[in-house]
Amino acid sequence: MHSEHSVNPGEAVRIHGLHVCYGPVVALDGVNLALSRGQALGIVGPNGSGKSTLLKSVAGLLQPKRGSVEVFGRRPTDLRPGTIAYVPQVEAVDWSFPATVEDVVAMGRFPRLGAIAPFSKRDRAAVDRALAALRLGDLRRRHISQLSGGQQQRTFVARAIAQEPELLLLDEPTTGVDAATEESLRVLVRSLVEQGLPVLMTTHDLDRAAEWFDRLAVVDRRVLAEGDPQVVLGSGVYATIREHTHTHGHRRDPLEHRAEP
Amino acid sequence: MTDLLFGPFALEFMQRALFAAIAVGALCSAIGTYVVLRKLSFIGDGIAHASFAGVVVAYLRGLDYYVGAGIVAVLTALGIGFVTRRGRVALDTAIGVMFTGAFALGVFLMSRQAHYNVDLESFLFGNILAVSRQDLILILILAFVVAVALALLYRPLLYTSFDPVVAQASGLNVAFVDYSLLVLLALTIIISLESVGIVLVAALLVTPAATAYQLTRRFRLMMLLSVCIGTGCAIVGLYLSYYLNAGSGATIVLLATAAFFVAMALGRRTRTALRHG
Repeated sequence: MHSEHSVNPGEAVRIHGLHVCYGPVVALDGVNLALSRGQALGIVGPNGSGKSTLLKSVAGLLQPKRGSVEVFGRRPTDLRPGTIAYVPQVEAVDWSFPATVEDVVAMGRFPRLGAIAPFSKRDRAAVDRALAALRLGDLRRRHISQLSGGQQQRTFVARAIAQEPELLLLDEPTTGVDAATEESLRVLVRSLVEQGLPVLMTTHDLDRAAEWFDRLAVVDRRVLAEGDPQVVLGSGVYATIREHTHTHGHRRDPLEHRAEP
Repeated sequence: MTDLLFGPFALEFMQRALFAAIAVGALCSAIGTYVVLRKLSFIGDGIAHASFAGVVVAYLRGLDYYVGAGIVAVLTALGIGFVTRRGRVALDTAIGVMFTGAFALGVFLMSRQAHYNVDLESFLFGNILAVSRQDLILILILAFVVAVALALLYRPLLYTSFDPVVAQASGLNVAFVDYSLLVLLALTIIISLESVGIVLVAALLVTPAATAYQLTRRFRLMMLLSVCIGTGCAIVGLYLSYYLNAGSGATIVLLATAAFFVAMALGRRTRTALRHG
């Protein structure tokens, strides 16, 4: 499943010179980033900084204007179905859709299964593991309209886990969930990373970034700093852009600050 | 009693009508599950009306009615899909403009014929009793093809109906699935046109599935119930229309409408029981 040209076998994602626009609005302006297998890369940045756009580009949901995104050496849309699991920040689904928690989590198996392959024991086991990992066992038969916000979020993370993806993209999964859920999510993500899964995740929570991520990138339309979470946070880049964003909006020169790992 | 049940089917045209009713009822209500969940009911109506222009042109040119209606229906479905994906115009507006225009074109061409003796009403409301042997064979073949395609697309259709964005990120070809559904919808409408007619096909695409939606919160069960309700209404409606000497299409749809209101009442009771249980 690796491509013809030379790819570092440990490399999961390579983003090169990525420009993404929504009409006249520039969302990302020359982003360079890389993510290896067995690594969690955190993306932080102010609201409207293009964090979600970055994730959607890696998921193959947005077409870059310039530059490239490669996942395992291929364009995201050329990957085998089931390779990428994506959990959006806000799920814009119809909550009255006839589906239980278990039904939604089972959908995670669909991309790999194709049309004819039966839903096997292995698929059922993957769904059960995902439900257990997100503490949804008791809620499995509950209709999705009867879930709290945190339970909804856990259901969609469970669907991503059940997919057994090769790359996991999480868009602010901790927003709006309680502390216990956040901690169990962190433990789960860390254990998946230890097993070799590359994870790309956006967050607002700077305080615990070092516990979540191996590397941290500060993004505001471009990458302002990237490296070890402690070093990046210690460099003051984030504090600076916060202040600038607050007082001057988004119009400002790129920062000179660069935290090296 | 036996005579009451089987009496009508001593007549060969009634046997053909029964098979056609079952095929049309089952197919419309199966694909109707997606029509209801994806809120496509207006699209179904639009395709059905637009295909009327195809029917008229085919009639005037002496071509087969299925070919004319089929080409226009599939083209309309693809056009609607294209407009949806581009998303520049509000979809309901685009359909409203397109389908009334195409329908008016059909009526216009028809009315300019000095001596048209084609039964316009049979296109609008259908005449299941007039289904010929060849019609029935074509209906059954097309119904089989659409049913197989629906079965093969079950998982992608379900996933993309619920959560198209995440489905696409996980590598499903959402555009292909969406277009496929629209083309299958167009074929279903063509199959149904002769028996239930343009005006009533939209009802068969929506009402059985909407009825099932009141009764269950599981997708698979919803589809199964929808097919049972749609097929049941088609069979019972055919009987009733025979004994009441009424139009078959209208009778079938009225039955489905009645089923919907019963289910709505039942559904409310079920939900209340759930809340207090």
